[in-house]
This record gives sequence, C-alpha cells and structure tokens, in this order.
Amino acid sequence: MTNLLSVADLGADGIEDMLRLTDTFVEVSRRQIPRVPALRGKTVAWLFFEDSTRTRLSFEAAARRLSADTMNFSVSSSSVNKGESVRDTVQTIEAMGVDCVVVRHRSAGVPWQIATWADAHVVNAGDGWHEHPTQALLDCYTLREALGSVEGRRIAIVGDVKHSRVARSDVLAFTLLGAEVTLVAPPTLLPPSLEGWPVTVSNDLDAVLPEVDVVYLLRMQRERMHEALVPSLREYTAQYGLTRRRVAALDDAAIVMHPGPMNRGVEIDAEVADLPRSVVVDQVRNGVAVRMAVLFKLLGSGTALTEEVADG
Amino acid sequence: MADRERRMAPPFGGVFVPRAEVMDRDDVHRALRRIAHEIVERNQGVDRLAVIGLQTGGAPLARDLASAIGEVDDSSLDVGTLDVALYRDDIGLRPVVAEEVTDIPVDLTDRVVVLVDDVLFTGRTIRAALDALTDFGRPRSVQLAVMIDRGHRELPIRPDYVGKNLPTRRDEVVDVTIDGVHLGEMRK
Repeated sequence: MTNLLSVADLGADGIEDMLRLTDTFVEVSRRQIPRVPALRGKTVAWLFFEDSTRTRLSFEAAARRLSADTMNFSVSSSSVNKGESVRDTVQTIEAMGVDCVVVRHRSAGVPWQIATWADAHVVNAGDGWHEHPTQALLDCYTLREALGSVEGRRIAIVGDVKHSRVARSDVLAFTLLGAEVTLVAPPTLLPPSLEGWPVTVSNDLDAVLPEVDVVYLLRMQRERMHEALVPSLREYTAQYGLTRRRVAALDDAAIVMHPGPMNRGVEIDAEVADLPRSVVVDQVRNGVAVRMAVLFKLLGSGTALTEEVADG
Repeated sequence: MADRERRMAPPFGGVFVPRAEVMDRDDVHRALRRIAHEIVERNQGVDRLAVIGLQTGGAPLARDLASAIGEVDDSSLDVGTLDVALYRDDIGLRPVVAEEVTDIPVDLTDRVVVLVDDVLFTGRTIRAALDALTDFGRPRSVQLAVMIDRGHRELPIRPDYVGKNLPTRRDEVVDVTIDGVHLGEMRK
C-alpha cells in the first residue's frame, strides 16, 4: 500500500487488515506513555488547503505517538495565498524531505493528482464532497467495537448526504463489509443520481428508526440554509433531527454516531448526544488509533529484508 | 518459531520443513522446570517477579514457565505478553503484519522482569523488548530466559536461562513449540 486515497482501494480485506492493525494502536493509546518509536526519523506533512481542526489534531496526535516528525502547511499563512500552484507547493514540501503528505482540499480529486506528482505517500484527509477514508475506517472500527461486527448491520445515514464526503466513504466501507445502508434525507440533500450506490433511500426517518442498528447523523451545515435546500433549521429538525422522542423508537441496542462537530439542537438533541448509546466520543478516540494504523501501514512497511533471515 | 515469524522468514510464503527433532515434548517440559528452579534460586524466591512472554513464540512458553515456577514456589506470579513489533530496528525494511497482544498487567517499576522467548538468535528482538519495557516502568532488573540459544548474535546480549544451546547455520530455522523443538529450513 503506497497511498490511502479511497476506501474502495482497500477492499473488504484491506479494511479488515486496517481494523486489525488498529487494535494494536488502541492498546498503545491506553498505555501510561502512549508513544512508540515505530516511525522515528519519518516526516509527515499536513497539506490542508481547507480549514480543519479536528482531523488535523487527530492526525497530529497519531504521528506523534508513533514518534514521527510533523510539518504543518496551513493555507492561511502560506504562499498559496500568494498564488502558488498546488503542484509547486507539493514540490516545495517534498524537496524538504517528507515521507508522507496528508492532504485536505475543497476540490474532489486533488489527493489523486498529488499522488501522481509526489514520491511521498499520500493520505486523503478529505477532498471536497468526495471521500474521507480515515473517517470511514474509524467509523467501521467504532461500529465493530460497539456492536461486534459490521456485517449484516442495518445502518441509517441521515442528513446532508449530497455535500458529505463522510457519507460517501462510509457507504463504500459499510457496504464492502456487508452492512445494509439506508440514506435518509430530503430529496434536496441527496445527490442528483444514486445510480450504482448499493443503498436504499427513504424520506421518512420515523419509519426507518425501528429497523436499524445504527443511526449515523451527518452535520447539517448552516450554509445550506442560504442555498434554500431546506426551508429552515427548525423544519429540518422536526423532520430529520434525532430528538428524544425519536430515540425511544430505536432498538435498545442501537447506537448513534456522528462525525462531528455536532450541531446540538439541529440534527441531534442535546440530551441525545450524551446518551450511553451515543458513541461520538469513541469515534474521536478511535480516530487517533486508526490514523496511527494508516501511517504505520504506509511508512512502516518494506520488503528489503526478504533475503535475510528475519527471525531472532 | 511461531506463525508470524514463519511468515516473515525467507523465502516468503515458504513452509517449514523439519529435518531433525532436537527436543521432544518431555525435554521441553524438563527444561522449563529446570529454568523455573534456576529462576527461584537466582532471585531467592519469586517476590516481585513478573514473567513476560515475547509475542508470538514466547507467549505460550511464558505461561508454562510461570506455572512451573508456581509449582516450585507457590506464591502468585504476574504473567504478561509483549509485542515488540513497534520497537524493532527493521521497521520500513519489511512488510507490516498485524500485531499481537501486548498485555502487561502491572506497573513494572521495581519489579524483576523475566523476559521469555522461544529462540535467541541475533538479539535484535531482545534489544527491542528492552526498549519497550522502559515504557511500562523501570524494572529493578531484567533477566532473559530462552528455550533455544542458536548463536549468531549481532548485539551484545546474552541469556540468563537457556533450555538448550543449539549450534546452527544462519540459513537454518528453529521451530519451538510446547510439544518439541525442530531444526529445519524454509522451502518454497
């Protein structure tokens, strides 16, 4: 594995491998000194062309716990504002000697383009509305931790699917692992075409809730109001928000997930977010371990020892 | 040699072909009992002792060694496992494989730690294990017990307790299980 751009590249076996590897790093994260020297001397650069605090911090924690060095390239304080092209930026950063670049960009496909230019490993930390593979991996890990398996689970992904890279990567990952996914959203917040998506679609959250093991809520971005995709936030909450009343319709064992940051009172009621069945905090915690697994898998593998005896 | 090490040994994907049985099941158990006595003698009891098996080959040996020590001196004993994969000096040189469980149930500060592994070869695994241990506390001392010492050391490391010294060629493979020790090689 040289890059992590899409969960589709991993396939079901690849995802299982990453989840197994993640177990190790969950154990490391629980230690008194949660740090191992595995990636000493490696450098990871953050290339975030779009603001992100949570994902960047999570990657940063992952790299540090593996003893890798990190370089931060944030757009607001950089030459991108002076008109430098993405290609020149990547070339500049590579010339400084990095082993891995973690890319976020507001346009879909940029990490793929960077992967063709760069010798360093590329990790997609979110490109436009397209993909967010590490989020999908941590969601699979958290779901498996809470329910024992992903296979056969019925998952409702609720909210702004159209503008959500999390939804796209999660649909891919969940269905690859054998889950059944239902998208629940107003038609205006669904992609124009769902051809080829292995999902069912519903506009009625109340009908779906009793049937599912997982409710995955997407963030309702306030910007969408201006585009008139939903009449009002209150209207959205009334129809698609996970309110206290709606939670009662869920199976006792069902869990609630959210990629964060949450809009309490919009897609999720304030009290609902703090229920024991909400695994939002576990998602964040597992995120660090999953990203450790991704960085270790990319930077820690090689084949040069094939001719030497590797025992002992 | 446990499954994982077998997968890592060249030629990759080969199978272990045993050529000679070096120890049988009884020999292994006699060696473990002798080592148990030596440990109790050297440490004047088992007070503050922790037995840590190195994944993957040392883990079952550590369990059996701990119960053998329990028969010699019936105080309770802490047993754990340690995976040193993240501390190795050949990271980035060979494929990443899924790790095994690290489970160290106690703070190792001021404890006497007995590391247990199946085969002592280059010494690099033990070097990594010594590094890893420092993340779990500051042991009073660390001792090393191995079932087979096959020579070819690349680092200044020596065992304290040895089941059997076994002269080998570098390209040979030693396979240790609870049921016996075999010398052979990997073949495609």
